[in-house]
Amino acid sequence: MATHQAAAAPPRQVGTGALARLDRLGLLLVALAAGGLASLPFLTFKANRIAAGAGKTLADTLGTAVAAAFLAVLALVAAVALLDRRPRVRLAAALLGVGAMALAVGFGAGWLTPPGDRFARVAPGGGAWLLLLALALLATDALARLGLSPLLRMAALAGAAAVTVLAFRSGLFDQLSVMREYASRADVFGREARQHLLLAGGSVAAAILIGAPLGALCALSPRIRGAVLPVLNVVQTIPSIALFGLLMGPLAWLGRTQPWAAELGIRGIGAAPALLALTLYALLPVAANTALGLGRVPATAVDAAAGMGMTRRQILARIEIPLALPVILAGVRVVLVQNIGLATIAALIGGGGLGTFVFQGVGQTAIDLVLLGAAPTVAMAFVAAVLLDAVVDALGRRPA
Amino acid sequence: MSTMALAPRVVALVLLLAFLLAPQFFAPVFAPLTHNGAPPIYTQASLLDLAIAHLELVALATVGSAVVAIALGVLVTRRAGAEFLPLSRAIVNIGQTFPPVAVLAVAAPLVGFGQAPTLIALFVYGLLPIFENTLSGLQQVSAAVVESAKGAGMGGLQRLVKIELPLAAPQILEGVRLSTVIAIGTATIGSTVAAKGLGEVIIAGLLSDNTAFILQGGLVVGVMAVLIYDAMTALERIVLRRRGVRR
Repeated sequence: MATHQAAAAPPRQVGTGALARLDRLGLLLVALAAGGLASLPFLTFKANRIAAGAGKTLADTLGTAVAAAFLAVLALVAAVALLDRRPRVRLAAALLGVGAMALAVGFGAGWLTPPGDRFARVAPGGGAWLLLLALALLATDALARLGLSPLLRMAALAGAAAVTVLAFRSGLFDQLSVMREYASRADVFGREARQHLLLAGGSVAAAILIGAPLGALCALSPRIRGAVLPVLNVVQTIPSIALFGLLMGPLAWLGRTQPWAAELGIRGIGAAPALLALTLYALLPVAANTALGLGRVPATAVDAAAGMGMTRRQILARIEIPLALPVILAGVRVVLVQNIGLATIAALIGGGGLGTFVFQGVGQTAIDLVLLGAAPTVAMAFVAAVLLDAVVDALGRRPA
Repeated sequence: MSTMALAPRVVALVLLLAFLLAPQFFAPVFAPLTHNGAPPIYTQASLLDLAIAHLELVALATVGSAVVAIALGVLVTRRAGAEFLPLSRAIVNIGQTFPPVAVLAVAAPLVGFGQAPTLIALFVYGLLPIFENTLSGLQQVSAAVVESAKGAGMGGLQRLVKIELPLAAPQILEGVRLSTVIAIGTATIGSTVAAKGLGEVIIAGLLSDNTAFILQGGLVVGVMAVLIYDAMTALERIVLRRRGVRR
């Protein structure tokens, strides 16, 4: 394999030709985007929701003049990706590309749709998706190389979120089929999105309330640890749809026989079994990381605090928990991302959430409807991951 | 593994096989969970066939992800691939925010219903743990060891195969095990897009409100996951011991 031979040579001196001076990641990304745009449609057009789709190239979509201008912008981005190694410049170029692409897709969809036609469906085609992938990878690589501080990362996330929301609010994408699906379900969408957040957030909050003390007990006593962690480990191997289903029976019984439970809205179907199942899944990482974090607190720190006359409770609150917090929060990050994804399954047992659209879409073979459920789920998980990573980083850097 | 630890696993394996081969024999156990005379045992398809189809799907996907993820892990830790290291790390991090249901649901309308979208989802989702562990395993190989191998006249390929990969093996294999267990659980969701597997039993239970079906499907999948994880751990120990690698 060429890789192994190249491994022995110093990097970037493999050859002296012009090709060797090009950024190899940039080369890969430009090839990906150019290949995609050349061979796959930029947008697809369907006369109605169930008609067969027809691929539209850039020129079909935008007209020759605008398409040429768009390609010129992309060529500029490609040149930066190939030749400039400064992360800031590469990030700016990637963002420029994303902006140009958003305009091309949004206006292109509007121009393809005959005026007043409410049945036509326009969706991004393979070419547009590959271009977006290449641009996202370029931006991701630049961000990774920039190594932003936690605070700046949060600010960048907030900025990106604000621009995204503004772009969708402006009506730029209203002619895209996924937004058509949204328009006919706007009120339900809001409700299911809130339900989704409630399921994921509520289960993680419950898991912290139960799992953190459980983890602390595990850190105190190896015997408790030996009893608790293996059980939680086994819970994780139960497939999610089975666990959701298995909890329906006991909760239905509880709701039928106990008036207080019925008053709380506990029933066999709906949010209760979903919330309980998600909480159970989240317990292991929270408890295990709490035990790990507390176990790692240096004994000297605890001794010093005891020597200063702190009580056991004070030591826990002022020394041990703050020192263990980054590890505990790393566990919370894992379960929050995991539960935002798993909450889609709740729709299978009538628990609502964005999974409702995903499974409806699967049932109707309507990929736009699937996207309406899946894309916000991924976005939520992404935001949660970036935010908590930043918090964990910030705590880890803080002088203890 | 001591007899103490082995005994419950053998019992679980025997029970699992007995249940898959002669499920009707267990009908009295599941009967209390049904009502209105619903069947206590899933009979639409043979449970053994479903279990085999389930494991086939998992094996195929996991082998695929292992080959690709280990190759990528090796690639980005070579000098020639170093340019791709920051990006690949970021992708691993972001990749985990894509829920398997989303991957499955997006793949289904594109490649058709059945095994194909499930295979894609399992493959994509299985890449991350293996890649991550390959990366950290290879990076933890001490530079001194690599240098001395270089001093002994080993070439890049030889160092990789004889020194780096064996030293990183425990961690890489942990990633493969993790992927396998995740895939066994995730494959059940494949039944929502009509893939053949044990999820079928669970979904049938959800649709007909039959707890017995949900429980038997869930138990078979859960027990298989635990047993397979343990078996892979044991196998790994034997192989590594034979090759003289100690943890």
